[in-house]
Amino acid sequence: MFLVPDAVVRFFHRMASPPHFYAFTERLMPWLVVIFALLLGAGLYGGLYLAPADYQQGDSYRIIYIHVPSAWMSLFIYTLMAVAGGIALVWRIKLAEVVLVSSAPIGASFTFIALVTGSLWGKPMWGTWWVWDARLTSELILLFLYLGVIGLYNAMDDKRVASKAVAILALVGVVNIPIIHYSVEWWNTLHQGPTVTKMDKPSIHVSMLIPLLLMALAFKVYYVIALMQRARVELLLRERNSQWVKNKIAMEVKL
Amino acid sequence: MKVARKQRLILITLMVLGASVATAFALKSFNENLMYFFSTTDVVAGKAPKDALFRLGGMVVKGTVERPDKGMMVRFKLTDYSKDVTVEYTGILPDLFREGQGIVAHGKLNDQGVFIAEEVLAKHDENYMPPEVKASLKQKVQ
Repeated sequence: MFLVPDAVVRFFHRMASPPHFYAFTERLMPWLVVIFALLLGAGLYGGLYLAPADYQQGDSYRIIYIHVPSAWMSLFIYTLMAVAGGIALVWRIKLAEVVLVSSAPIGASFTFIALVTGSLWGKPMWGTWWVWDARLTSELILLFLYLGVIGLYNAMDDKRVASKAVAILALVGVVNIPIIHYSVEWWNTLHQGPTVTKMDKPSIHVSMLIPLLLMALAFKVYYVIALMQRARVELLLRERNSQWVKNKIAMEVKL
Repeated sequence: MKVARKQRLILITLMVLGASVATAFALKSFNENLMYFFSTTDVVAGKAPKDALFRLGGMVVKGTVERPDKGMMVRFKLTDYSKDVTVEYTGILPDLFREGQGIVAHGKLNDQGVFIAEEVLAKHDENYMPPEVKASLKQKVQ
């Protein structure tokens, strides 16, 4: 490995070992929960109380503080799953498989929240719950991809084989991610263009933008918490016959 | 990097590239169907279907919204800043419907080239700001 400092390489090597990952996440968890609570509190207070009403949509626009971070997470988690899938296929690292399969239900939940809040927002503003435009349809396909990953993984008994199949599905499905992002630019859609993630400065007032970014960070930290919890359970299940899990159980029983 | 790993990496890269190219071709061939609405220029150029329902999108031209028989029927002009199309709609308009606002109407053309809408949806823009900021922006323009 060149260009990467030794300490970083060693950190990743150690993290790839299940017992080390298990112990490390246990120590990290309380800190993450505190950070999440602070970010969520600040984001909600800023978004629902401090931020002014919108010039056109009034107070209804405040659903943006749930809708947009969820939609961002739905794209982010899928991309991360595809990367983990690639690592799992090439380097056969068990932990990458665990990250991939543990992320799917979390990503599916965020996608579902984005679709539902978008629908609730669309009814008063656009005048309809749902339209089959490119943005809404591609986001719905993303939900089906997530459900496909979950279903495929649970349909196979050999979890190492299942992980490979799921990794390939995640990698092929990643094509949908740029489609979702650029759908509002490539085609005529009812959904408006990007507000924050565009080249020139965001077209949202700074007093509304800061709570939005805080909420986005809070959702990211929540994802890390949920992912670690799921990954720990998945690791225990997969490694139930290995010595470190047996030791762990023996310790728990003694206590 | 070991040879086997390198081969797997190349294989996966090819797989993702192949899927992307296939999707790009599929989307390209369905491009017309993926458009949620026709623009007013398309309609004036005769690209929109005759005697069939389709969607028309554009900005409501300022000062053209009128209720000719003082009833529920609204008549207004839609534009894409190049060509205009007159739209007639009977029913309740969404909250965000106003002059200068983007909308999408669902309906069909009559013989006079007027678009008879059955449904009107408001398209909101990507700008979010407090009312005071909007007011001061307007002053600067004037």
